[in-house]
Amino acid sequence: MSVDSATVRKIASLARIAVSDAEAEAMAPELSKILGLVEQLGEVDTSGVAPLAAVIPNHLRLRDDIVTDGDIRDRVLANAPQAEHGFFAVPKVIE
Amino acid sequence: MSDLIGLTVAQLRDGFRAGEFSAREIADQFVAAVEAGRALNAFIVETPEHAIGAAEAADRERASGQVGALSGIPLGIKDLFCTQGYQTTAASHILEGFTPTYESTVTSRLFAAGAGMVGKLNMDQFAMGSSNETSAFGNVISPWRRKDGGNAPLAPGGSSGGSSAAIAARLVPAATGTDTGGSIRQPAAFTGVAGIKPTYGRCSRWGIVAFASSLDQAGPMARDVRDCALLLEVMSGFDPKDATSLDAPVPNWEASLSSNLAGKRVGIPKEYRVDGMPGEIEALWQQGIAWMKDAGAEIVDVSLPHTKYALPAYYIIAPAEASSNLARYDGVRYGQRDLPEGAGLQDMYAATRAAGFGAEVKRRIMIGTYVLSAGYYDAYYTQAQKVRALIARDFEQAWERCDVLLTPTAPSAAFALGEKQADPIAMYLNDVFTVPASLAGLPAMSVPAGLDGQGLPLGLQIIGKPLDEQAVLNAGLAIEERAGFAARPEKWW
Repeated sequence: MSVDSATVRKIASLARIAVSDAEAEAMAPELSKILGLVEQLGEVDTSGVAPLAAVIPNHLRLRDDIVTDGDIRDRVLANAPQAEHGFFAVPKVIE
Repeated sequence: MSDLIGLTVAQLRDGFRAGEFSAREIADQFVAAVEAGRALNAFIVETPEHAIGAAEAADRERASGQVGALSGIPLGIKDLFCTQGYQTTAASHILEGFTPTYESTVTSRLFAAGAGMVGKLNMDQFAMGSSNETSAFGNVISPWRRKDGGNAPLAPGGSSGGSSAAIAARLVPAATGTDTGGSIRQPAAFTGVAGIKPTYGRCSRWGIVAFASSLDQAGPMARDVRDCALLLEVMSGFDPKDATSLDAPVPNWEASLSSNLAGKRVGIPKEYRVDGMPGEIEALWQQGIAWMKDAGAEIVDVSLPHTKYALPAYYIIAPAEASSNLARYDGVRYGQRDLPEGAGLQDMYAATRAAGFGAEVKRRIMIGTYVLSAGYYDAYYTQAQKVRALIARDFEQAWERCDVLLTPTAPSAAFALGEKQADPIAMYLNDVFTVPASLAGLPAMSVPAGLDGQGLPLGLQIIGKPLDEQAVLNAGLAIEERAGFAARPEKWW
């Protein structure tokens, strides 16, 4: 499968990464090459195989329903590029 | 004052406890080595005050008769670990200036045991790379040079390239690393140091900047196997803050070290003999087999039939998880923001991420986004997870016939900076021997085993059963004792 620059621009938009037309042109063959590598997997017969997500057997734990954290607003906001009135601030969304 | 730079972690620990030297003397020597080693670009931030503060505390504790497991030991910390009050960037511009208000579990454990930190180590950006060339803070230069007199700067491996270079150059006695597809083992092999990735879940991932969560594991890198064992004991342990943390007791790996492999079976996987592998790597592997026999082990040939599919499966799964994990860098909560004049929220996200991420990080986010997108998810991601199950099954079947596996760590010695940068696939092939154990979550380590014709280090890899780090360390010790690896880079920095 090879991707063209229009596909690259669509993926970049989904990934929220701004790309220029020239960057999209340059990325198309790179991504096509990587997809060419991973497409080898199509030749493996995986019928009857369950997909593996957790590699080491483990169980999901439940913890007691008690407060273990909180009251650290200023620490949470400490690294924000823009914090105002105790909130993260972003450009206006609604006109 | 004696030269403490030449000592291992165990020697520093024992000498400090015996009163041969103070923790402050240790810290001062390594802080000076870090300053003198700046030409290697191994550190993004130097933190001498942390190392000296921990050393002074260690000296006070010793006076009162209480010492921690790592009292007096200065360490380098990979810049993927969040360190409270110290900038943590994952070597990416997008996190420049980020100063965590909390401490990662692994560094908390190390510091609680008395260790200090001399600095945050350079690395491949977001741990994506095998040469340390994707860092936003410049390449790390290996202390090693080829003996052809050309002085070409060599890659220290990656992604833990600052860690490997700093240990090889004796700027630190040991360092933390992280390993997603080989990022501890390959740089260890390139620089003649030892490093172990434990079983997935041994070390808490809490406070480590996430790359691919089902693969990421922290581990120690040091000069020898004993140091890896004693550091891993401190770094490991159950953490309720990490949902994938293993609630299992941490063995006394150091105390149980034994290089007598009588009764052990060492598997040699035939699929690791790849096309185009240099004869020197094959010869080293055969030497390793001879060392295992000499240590009393029985050698058995095994097959891991899906090995050739490990790399393609990894380059679907890891980018897919990365594209999800790195969605958090949006210019809102931490790190850099790029807000073009008059831009709205969506434009701010796209501009921030375009300016903040390096080329390799963008490439992997794009691949991950593509394989997870509607219409492609099953063909790519689900198929990769099924192949991952088959790779894990290969190992399970091998464990019926052997206790550990012996392979080369990397398909070549260190290459020159710039040599593989133009071709992402050539770079990815560096991890061909390390990725399978990562996909199966198995403990694996690299130990220095010899030099190639250019005088550069080569490593051998040992892969073990889940939770059997002891067998991995013991086999590593058997190699270490027989290899007698004592080569050091000639100091040019």
